[in-house]
Amino acid sequence: MTDQTTQNIQTTIDTNAVVLFMKGSKKMPQCGFSSAVVNALSYLEVDFKDVDVLEDGELRDGIKTFSDWPTIPQLYIKGEFVGGCDIVKEMFESGELSAYLKDKKIPHKE
Amino acid sequence: MPMEQTEIEKLIKASLPDAQVEIIDLAGDNNHFSAHVISSAFEGKSRIQQHKMVYEALGDKMGGILHALALKTSIKKD
Repeated sequence: MTDQTTQNIQTTIDTNAVVLFMKGSKKMPQCGFSSAVVNALSYLEVDFKDVDVLEDGELRDGIKTFSDWPTIPQLYIKGEFVGGCDIVKEMFESGELSAYLKDKKIPHKE
Repeated sequence: MPMEQTEIEKLIKASLPDAQVEIIDLAGDNNHFSAHVISSAFEGKSRIQQHKMVYEALGDKMGGILHALALKTSIKKD
């Protein structure tokens, strides 16, 4: 991974409160796992930035190294890695995600 | 190249010997699995760390030939 890619990822998660690195866009997810996270965030009416890793091969591999996480999607909230599809889904279903957002002062439907 | 269910279980148990592993072949195609891994080694770890431990056990399979593994981890209670 180049320093430039690391820098770009860092800037993206620093300047956006909620970022989802995903396959496709929030309007058109290209993978069921990405789509599941988009649905959870949309249900909670969270404003988030979607980053399509399919548009950038460097980023697609880079984000895996950056987070030390082998799969996509990856959710970042306030610069912190929250998890991939399984963890976000589990947190959503248990109400933990809503509590986490509240704790981080991210506007959302409660 | 799909991966056998038993191979997934074997890899996980090689790293987490006390693990109980329940694997479901979601689509019956040897390619989309869900795994529930229960181990005492998860005690005191965050959920992200627990999942990472399983991913590490699977090595480079995860995200490679093993695209679809829905993962759930739980701490084993004695």
